[in-house]
Amino acid sequence: MAEIRIDHLRKEFGDFVAVQDSTFTVGDGEFLALLGPSGCGKTTTLRMIAGLELPTGGTIRLGGEDVTFRRASERDIAFVFQLFALYPHMNVRRNIGFPLICQGVPKAEVKQRVEETARLLQIDHILDRSVSGLAGGDRQRVALGRAIVRRPKCFLMDEPLGTLDAEFRDVMVRELRELHNRIHATTVYVTHDQLEAMAMADKIAVMNHGVIEQFGTPQEIYDRPASMYVADFIGSPPMNFIRFTSGLEKGAARVRIGEAEVSVPEVHADVEPGELALGVRPEHIRFSDAAPLRGAIYGSEYLGTNQIVTVETGGGLVRARLPADRAYRVGEPVGLALKGERLSLFDCRSGRAIPSALYSGASHG
Amino acid sequence: MSSANAAHSVVEPSTASKRVAATLVILYAMITLVPLAWIFLTSIKSPPDSISYPPKLVFTPSLEGYCNLFTTRSRQTPEYIAALPPAEGVCDAVSRERNMVIVGPSNFLPRFANSLIIAFGSTFLAVLLGTLAAYGFSRFRVPLADDLLFFILSTRMMPPIAVAIPIYLMYRQLGLSDTAIGMMLLYTAVNVSLAVWLLKGFIDEIPREYEEAAMIDGYTRLQAFRKVVLPQATTGIAATAIFCLIFAWNEYAFAALLTSGSAQTAPPFIPTIIGEGGQDWPAVAAGTTIFLVPILVFTVLLRKQLLRGITFGAVRK
Repeated sequence: MAEIRIDHLRKEFGDFVAVQDSTFTVGDGEFLALLGPSGCGKTTTLRMIAGLELPTGGTIRLGGEDVTFRRASERDIAFVFQLFALYPHMNVRRNIGFPLICQGVPKAEVKQRVEETARLLQIDHILDRSVSGLAGGDRQRVALGRAIVRRPKCFLMDEPLGTLDAEFRDVMVRELRELHNRIHATTVYVTHDQLEAMAMADKIAVMNHGVIEQFGTPQEIYDRPASMYVADFIGSPPMNFIRFTSGLEKGAARVRIGEAEVSVPEVHADVEPGELALGVRPEHIRFSDAAPLRGAIYGSEYLGTNQIVTVETGGGLVRARLPADRAYRVGEPVGLALKGERLSLFDCRSGRAIPSALYSGASHG
Repeated sequence: MSSANAAHSVVEPSTASKRVAATLVILYAMITLVPLAWIFLTSIKSPPDSISYPPKLVFTPSLEGYCNLFTTRSRQTPEYIAALPPAEGVCDAVSRERNMVIVGPSNFLPRFANSLIIAFGSTFLAVLLGTLAAYGFSRFRVPLADDLLFFILSTRMMPPIAVAIPIYLMYRQLGLSDTAIGMMLLYTAVNVSLAVWLLKGFIDEIPREYEEAAMIDGYTRLQAFRKVVLPQATTGIAATAIFCLIFAWNEYAFAALLTSGSAQTAPPFIPTIIGEGGQDWPAVAAGTTIFLVPILVFTVLLRKQLLRGITFGAVRK
């Protein structure tokens, strides 16, 4: 196993810049999720680490070695493809053993390692089946087996759960994380599904338009989003933005939204007057008649243990996650009490978070 | 790819429409098979039966056509023949009835061998070059790929015979006239465009991930091509090979123009049989019948692939 160090990585396809200037490190044994919508450059980044694409600029180091322009076959990595890419003309056993045969591993050892891997993944009963008849989950396990059997420096996975149905995905998310805990392999996992990323990853890199918007632990990404894009992409429903026009001084701990004053974490920078946004997660909103921020009920979605209530305010629609013990009438006036120490402030002009007490000590993308 | 595109619905055709289709197919098959049947029947008639009018459907089968095909004979006086020792084998006997004596083998076998060597050789070359070129066009960013592919296709746009004279002159200069290697190169050149286009379609349908997976597993691109792409392209390669083989096997015009002696193939040779000793239709028919056998065997063996080749890889299952 090894650390992956990416430095100023860039990839252009003609005029299109797929990856702009990525720099990040995946620690030894760490599970990194590259998260973003399709076309954000996450798969291109992964393919460059694998050696399936050559970068336009920057370097890739695997375990300290510069492998930027090395062939895929000489990098000692394993790749799990979205469609698994199981060789259709070989059975399960030969699929899993294929990488070992290439390395010239003796037959008896191939057999032993393939069977060991199959037991780990609980597919030892289908070893002699043809891969074409397998169910989605078993195909997934065979693809994983082909990756694990080599004991490579790291695992790269490109949306490996993308084609599975939702129910099965949860099972595989759990299995993948368990597998990671057991073999502790450095893993880069590409996905557009924030739940998968949050559930499995030690670190998440949120990408957009070829740029890493934020790199951090799932908690950091969720609690201290570095940009409005990240705040909006992570969380379901996503973070609310209450827009207001104002300037801020360093040290300020309150912002004025319309008539209401809202306390926020202490601001650590001066901000020119302009359009700003207060970011608040739905679960950090409570209804309180005494609260100065006013609104009217717009609608609600019942979710069983809780409900998502949408409120129309002067700053736009705001969604709150509330206990499901009370029903609200549309049009009913309410006051919104926000959890001050958990609020984020964004500068709408740049889309970036405004440095504040909330972010001190947190890493920025 | 099982679950991903299993969504297409297939409507089972009704019994009535199946019957209509079957009737049409049988009718068409009969129309195309009648000439073949007639050739075969002619090949087992005696020469007088073969030219009788009205044509005979009921006759005594004879091996005379096949005998005449494989031998050269000379006419002798009945006294000379009567003085000979007893006939050896059927052909000897048949010849003597016509006052002929077998003097040696005919050129048919060497010509047939030429056909085999040239057709299979050129098919092998065309498929080999076609597979490599198609793989290149399919997987790499080839500059001007579309123009190159169009250029490759454009070599088929002229009737081949339109370039016969330049090729004839060129081949004479190069000393390739009437050589097996010359014919092989010529048929390869004609077939390679078809091979590139057909195979590109097939290789395009093999997901790149298979090779990428193999390359990540530690194989070089060439190894990945051999171990992963080729096994999956066998259907396409087989279909392409049949198309190439049929062309090279049946080609007449160039063969008639460029070969006359040692490299002559069967198609221009077969008609010349008729000149040896009158209107010998059974011998011509026998030559044609034997000529049909290899292609028939090949097509029957690979009929599944051929069928898929006709749909140009549209169905992949």
